[in-house]
Amino acid sequence: MPKHSTLSTPSRRGLLSAAALGGMGLLASRAHAETVDLHVPGGPSTRPLTATYPEKGRMIVQRTRPPWLETPFEVFDTGVFTPNDRHFVSWHWATFPTHVDTDRFTLKVRGLVERPQALSLQELIRDLPRFEIAAVSQCAGNSRLYAQPRVAGAQWANGSMSNALYTGVRLRDVLDRAGVKGGATHVRFGGLDEPLLPDAPKFVKALDIDHARDGEVMLAFAMNGAQLPMLNGFPLKLIVPGWSAVYWIKMLDDIAVMDHPDTSVWTTRSYRVPDTLNHTVEPGQTDYSLIPITRNLPRSFVTNLKPSDTIPVGVPQPVRGIAFGGDRGVAAVDLSLDGGRTWQPTILDKDEGTYGFRQWQSTISLAARGAHTVMTRCTNTDRLVQPIRRVWNPGGYMSNPVEALDLVAA
Amino acid sequence: MYRFIRTAALASLLASASSALAATPLELHPTPEVDLPVGDDVAFPNGSGSDVIASNCTACHSADHTLNQPALSREEWHTVVDKMINAYKAPITSEDARVIVDYLARIKGEP
Repeated sequence: MPKHSTLSTPSRRGLLSAAALGGMGLLASRAHAETVDLHVPGGPSTRPLTATYPEKGRMIVQRTRPPWLETPFEVFDTGVFTPNDRHFVSWHWATFPTHVDTDRFTLKVRGLVERPQALSLQELIRDLPRFEIAAVSQCAGNSRLYAQPRVAGAQWANGSMSNALYTGVRLRDVLDRAGVKGGATHVRFGGLDEPLLPDAPKFVKALDIDHARDGEVMLAFAMNGAQLPMLNGFPLKLIVPGWSAVYWIKMLDDIAVMDHPDTSVWTTRSYRVPDTLNHTVEPGQTDYSLIPITRNLPRSFVTNLKPSDTIPVGVPQPVRGIAFGGDRGVAAVDLSLDGGRTWQPTILDKDEGTYGFRQWQSTISLAARGAHTVMTRCTNTDRLVQPIRRVWNPGGYMSNPVEALDLVAA
Repeated sequence: MYRFIRTAALASLLASASSALAATPLELHPTPEVDLPVGDDVAFPNGSGSDVIASNCTACHSADHTLNQPALSREEWHTVVDKMINAYKAPITSEDARVIVDYLARIKGEP
């Protein structure tokens, strides 16, 4: 009997026939009742909203299968911790399990170790010290929708990011239980998801051994006090605080300790950015080298006002939002009402953890009727500041420029 | 077409964990059983090549993935299709790849 049942995989031929029928427009179309307009020049600008995915509330459908579900932006105004049922969802391959037998699930630790492990969930939960950390999970391509010129890839607006308090065990404690051998340089992680086609590359990512053993990288079996939603990686997920969500392997069941870097396409070909200032190049430019995406960068957003909102002229207007520092904490969030010439500080709310969202608030007053732009800028504790110039690269990755919110005073 | 998700609960497992190790009590509950859509309710618009793109691309991802892309140049569409073939091993013939690029350039329009 298989340990895990897998999404039923019809024969390739069957899939192709169904797809061909779809292409011929012969299958009934089910209209989505509600859509959201993401206001992108050139379009397509609207997406369906749905609450039909398991353990998920109302989410923006960027792709049905495998699911890319974006967090509607208004959720970020409700607090620093994104509710589990609104936490964004992103899978590379559609063939991930629909059922995990928690009694038979095992986490393998193998490769350059003294004692290869096959740890049950019970062993992870009962035998190892408990660890908790708050961290933002952000897709490397968050905000790709707004790249100019536009680029191919998941057309995320600003909602492929979510913050949670994770509960689990330190990766270091798991590795120490196995006993890392001398000569180990990297640790590679894989989950229960498998590619549909036999030659396609399994999705894996790796960390160097010192990062893996830093005492913050962890294996989570709960987020925000509850077990992980299936679509967010149940029953176990790798958490790499401060680093891009591409490293946060879902349904983690395989840890391989190695004496070499990962050679998969996920490191050598995909998820790479120009090794330039702000990872930015000109369209068509070719004289640069590419490096793997790693840490998150500082970002900040207004959450209580939307583009084109009208506010009363000359009246104090509360402005609040969220920020995160990337792989460092938030040192400051500043506002500018004059195109970035001068900046005013905001008040930072409670610090819920270095790698998490931080809420901030301020008050503005717009004296003149007409159009105004509120810019927000986060500085992290390493003094890294969001760039005011545009960020652009062919992959549409790691976008973090100063945000500009257009308002009308009337 | 739907596929069925059934998630086992960790509740009993976590409830029996040593309370000395658990810094915070975890509120856990059985996961509801829900359907997971396949995405065949969104189809490639009919036209020359729509059958070719549907049969080559929708095994791995639903059509909305493609239809949500921006307008791109033919060269950029070639890069996308080549990446699917070379990095992700999509079994697309060079003849079909040309048909797919033609189709996308036509239905998505000039950038």
